[in-house]
Amino acid sequence: MINKQWPSAAEAVADIPNGSTVMIGGFGASGSPIELIHALIDHGSTDLTLINNNTGNGEVGLAALIANGQVRKMICSFPRSSQSKVFPKLYRAGEIELELVPQGTLAERIRAAGSGIPAFYTPTTVGTVLADGKETREFEGRTYVMEPWLQADYALIKCEVADSLGNLTYNKTARNFSPIMCMAATTTIVQTKQLVATGDIDPEIVVTPGIFVNRVVEVGDPAHEDTLIVEGARYP
Amino acid sequence: MSTGWTREQMAARAALDIPDGSYVNLGIGIPELVTQFVPEGREFIYHTENGLLGMGPPPTETERDLDLMNAGKKYVTALPGAAYFHHADSFSMIRGGHIDVCVLGTMQVAANGDIANWSTGSPDAIPAVGGAMDLVQGVKRILVIAAHTTKTGEPKLVGKCSYPLTGAGVVSRIFTNLAVVDVTPDGFAVAELAPGVTFEDVERQTGAPIRPIAKETGK
Repeated sequence: MINKQWPSAAEAVADIPNGSTVMIGGFGASGSPIELIHALIDHGSTDLTLINNNTGNGEVGLAALIANGQVRKMICSFPRSSQSKVFPKLYRAGEIELELVPQGTLAERIRAAGSGIPAFYTPTTVGTVLADGKETREFEGRTYVMEPWLQADYALIKCEVADSLGNLTYNKTARNFSPIMCMAATTTIVQTKQLVATGDIDPEIVVTPGIFVNRVVEVGDPAHEDTLIVEGARYP
Repeated sequence: MSTGWTREQMAARAALDIPDGSYVNLGIGIPELVTQFVPEGREFIYHTENGLLGMGPPPTETERDLDLMNAGKKYVTALPGAAYFHHADSFSMIRGGHIDVCVLGTMQVAANGDIANWSTGSPDAIPAVGGAMDLVQGVKRILVIAAHTTKTGEPKLVGKCSYPLTGAGVVSRIFTNLAVVDVTPDGFAVAELAPGVTFEDVERQTGAPIRPIAKETGK
């Protein structure tokens, strides 16, 4: 019997070694797997490369993981926001690396990795500094930039409903990067608001098929980054 | 001299240029005001990069769902007929040429349609690009709404962008407080002047050669 359920967030992240590349689902606060990120802070692996659209807010979740000194490099499209203070400070001090990737290229590089496509050509960044040093090629008279896939050792994902086979559904725009990150990581770890029995999710509405998921932890009442920030929370 | 159109009037003028039934992506700032000025009898469907088509207005306190945001990380609603999708599909809509119109703010636009709206290139700035470079390459028609000059009076319409480019040769039309300006193969050309604004006012505040409104030719 396949059962991907794990007893706790702590156990689900306990084998993430130092130096790992970790994708973290979410776009800003929506879809951010706060409990899995906090478990990774408790676990303490260092020298991490993180892939997320942003760099977190306040002193919880992604921002707290960065503030805790566990991250060597961020790969993202938009590393600043009104309440993001941790990353800008470390970046200006030269204590964290940044690979800036346009949002659509970031998404496609992740999807390519999950789909076994090592590189692709995109019109995005043509004629800009972000194309400097990259291979270009013309197709039908237009120039395109080659971009490589983006693979990861682990993905930390938040979903709405999961079954014990790892089939997932999401809630509204909390979906964002999560389905493609599930595909692109060697080991995908999911926290779900609701865990149901196999067969209880209509196959027609499955968004992420269980083949892309390795571990599922039920977190029934997940924290939300925006709520934590309003409350003035900090972690640890 | 008249200061021309207000922010709201600029957004309303831009909305007039968007055909009925368009799929539209709006940048942050003045472009967001376009939703308030949809001409009567037209329907636009709004796309937001983080995975929603059919974006509606901000929610009331009781309607608010923490999992329903737009690309500016503001809470929004989903209208009847809306659809959610993941980020790769969202940018397939953009890059694949499925979105009809994108309305953006800007720091600079050049006479050849180059746009610079993501970074000043300053050494201590935290570079952040988001989806801007994908939008300008992929969306069928790129409209820009921006004040004609910066707060310190520097032209935003220039011969060559001094800031790092978001995209080269992509802008179709610019709506400023002073005028509607087309980017043509021969550079900037005024299409319409705001009330009380003269061509000379526009020319003086533009950082590149600009042509007056073309005279009607006999048909």
